[in-house]
Amino acid sequence: MQSSVARQIPQETAAPVQLARVTRLRIRPAARPAPRQWGAGLAASLLPPALVGLAVLIVWELATNGPGATLPPPSAVWRDSAELILRPFYVHGTQDVGLGWRVLTSLERVLYGFGLAAVTGVLLGAIIGQSIWLMRGLDPFFQVLRTVPPLAWLPISLAAFMDNRPAAIFVIFITAIWPILINTAAGVRNIPADYRNVARVLRLGQVEFFFRIMVPAAAPYIFSGLRIGIGLSWLAIVAAEMLTGGVGIGFFIWDAWNSSRLTDIIVALVYIGLVGLLLDRLVAVTGRLVTRGAGGV
Amino acid sequence: MGYLKISRVEKTFVAGNRRTEVLRDIDLTIGRGEFVAIIGHSGCGKSTLLNLIAGLTEATKGGVLLEGREVTAPGPERAVVFQNHSLLPWLTVYGNVRLAVDKVFRTRKSRAERHEWTLHNLDLVQMRHAADKRPAEISGGMRQRVGIARALAMEPKVLLLDEPFGALDALTRAHLQDAVMEIHARLGNTMIMITHDVDEAALLADRIVMMTNGPAATIGEVLEVPLPRPRNRIAAATEPAYLRARQAMLRFLHERHRLVAAAE
Ligand SMILES: Nc1ncnc2c1ncn2[C@@H]1O[C@H](COP(=O)(O)OP(=O)(O)OP(=O)(O)O)[C@@H](O)[C@H]1O
Ligand SMILES: [Mg+2]
Repeated sequence: MQSSVARQIPQETAAPVQLARVTRLRIRPAARPAPRQWGAGLAASLLPPALVGLAVLIVWELATNGPGATLPPPSAVWRDSAELILRPFYVHGTQDVGLGWRVLTSLERVLYGFGLAAVTGVLLGAIIGQSIWLMRGLDPFFQVLRTVPPLAWLPISLAAFMDNRPAAIFVIFITAIWPILINTAAGVRNIPADYRNVARVLRLGQVEFFFRIMVPAAAPYIFSGLRIGIGLSWLAIVAAEMLTGGVGIGFFIWDAWNSSRLTDIIVALVYIGLVGLLLDRLVAVTGRLVTRGAGGV
Repeated sequence: MGYLKISRVEKTFVAGNRRTEVLRDIDLTIGRGEFVAIIGHSGCGKSTLLNLIAGLTEATKGGVLLEGREVTAPGPERAVVFQNHSLLPWLTVYGNVRLAVDKVFRTRKSRAERHEWTLHNLDLVQMRHAADKRPAEISGGMRQRVGIARALAMEPKVLLLDEPFGALDALTRAHLQDAVMEIHARLGNTMIMITHDVDEAALLADRIVMMTNGPAATIGEVLEVPLPRPRNRIAAATEPAYLRARQAMLRFLHERHRLVAAAE
C-alpha cells in the first residue's frame, strides 16, 4: 500500500496546479509558490496586454487624428460617448437606456436561443451518435449547415415565422446548434466500450443510460460544443436584432449606424467583445467543474 | 446436469468479408461454488469466452446455460470484473459501487440498507477509507479492488474475473488473491478467473482450464487441483498436488502449445 500512497500525492495537487497553470509556465515556481511569486505571476499576465492596449490606442489616435480620417480617434470616442462608457445603467426613456441594460436585454434573447440549441443539440446529438449510419448520413449536412452565417438565416427565418421575436431567437438557435449537435454525437460515439459493458451488466434502461453514463462520459465533448455554441449565438445577436428592434445591443449598433454615431458603435463593440469573453469563460469554467474527474483514469 | 454449462460453443468474428474463427468446440461444465481458472497464451480467446458467459457477446454456434436457462444477455447475476477495472471516472469509489447496488437492490432493500450494503462491500476489499475519492485519485491495485467490490455487491451467482490482477505488483497481487479466496470461502459463489500466472491458477482454482493457441482455440486440457481449503500460499507451495498442477501448466504452455513467434 505504500506505493499507492506515494502515487496519490501528485494526483491530489493536480487541480490547484492546473488552475495556476499560467503562472507555473512562465516563472516555474519551486515546490510551493511564494506569495511574492504569485504577485509576479499576476503582473506577468496583466502587463503585456496593458502595454499592447496602450500601444493600440496611441497608434489609433495618431492614425485617425488627421483631417482626412474616416474613423473617429479614441479621444473623440471619449468626448462624444463618455456617458455610455461611464454609466452603463442610466435610463432616460424607454428607448434611451445605458449599454448595460441593452446587454442584459440581448443576453436574455441569446439565452433563449442558446438554451433551446443546447437542449435540442444534446438530445439529437445523443440519438444520432448511437447509430453509425445516422452519423454517416447526416454529418455532411451538418458540416455544410454549420458554415451558413447568421445573416443568411435571417430571411428564411422571417419567412417561416412571420413574426420578429421568434424569428430572432430562431436565428440564434440555428447558428448555435450545429457545433453542439456535432460534438455531442462525436462524444457519444467515443464512449469507451467498457462503460457500455458496465451498463449492460447492470441492465441500465435507456433513460438511466442517458443520464448516468452517456451524459457524463460525453460531457467533455458536450462542453466544448456548448462553448463554441455560446460564442456563435453571441455573434448572431447583431443579425438577430437588426429585425427585432427594441433596446438590445445589436439593434443599438444598427440604429447608431443609421444615425451616424460612429463613436457609440465603437463603445458598443467593446461591450460586445467583453460580454462574449465573459460568456465563453463562464461555459468553460462550468464545463471544468462538471467534468472534473471525467477525463479518465 | 451441471450448474453452468458451456456446450459446443463456437465464435467467429465477421468484419466485412474477413472472418476470424476465435473459438471452436468449447465444452465445459462447471459446478455450483466451483473456482475455475482459465489460462492460455495472449490473444487465444480467453476474454472472448468470458464475454460469452457474461452474455456480452453472442456465440456463433452453441450456447451457455446457467441453471438450465440459456444466457442471452448480460445481467448482474453474472457480474464481471473487467480486465482494466472499468470504473466510471466521474463517480467516486462509493458512487461506483452504489450505482450497482441501487440497480440490483432497488426494490429489495431500503435506501439506508443500500447505503450499508455499499459500505459493507467496500469493507470486504478494505476500501472504505477511500469511499469519497475518484478513481483517478487512487492506485491501480485500489481500483481493481473497487471493481471487485462493485461486482461482489451485485451478489452474483457467477463472478467472472478477467485477469483482475494483471497489472499489479506481486505484493498487492498476493494480498488480493487472499481476499478473493476468503470471499469465495464466505459466499460460496461460482468463480471463473482468467489469469496468465500459473501460481495464481494453482493456488486459487479447483480446476484449471488450459486453452490451445488461436485461431480456433479450444480447451486443450482440464486439470484438477485437489488441495484442501482454506489454502495457504506458503504451505501450498510445497504440496505435491500444487507442484504437479504447476508443472502440468508449464509443460502445456511452454512445450505443447508454445506461442510460435513466427506465426504471429
Ligand atoms: N470484436 C472483435 N472483432 C474481431 N476480432 C476480435 C474481436 N474481439 C476479439 N477478437 C480477436 O479474438 C482473438 C481473441 O481475443 P481475446 O481478447 O479473447 O484474447 P485473450 O485471450 O483475452 O487475450 P489477452 O490474454 O491478451 O487478454 C484475438 O485474436 C482478437 O483479435
Ligand atoms: Mg483478455
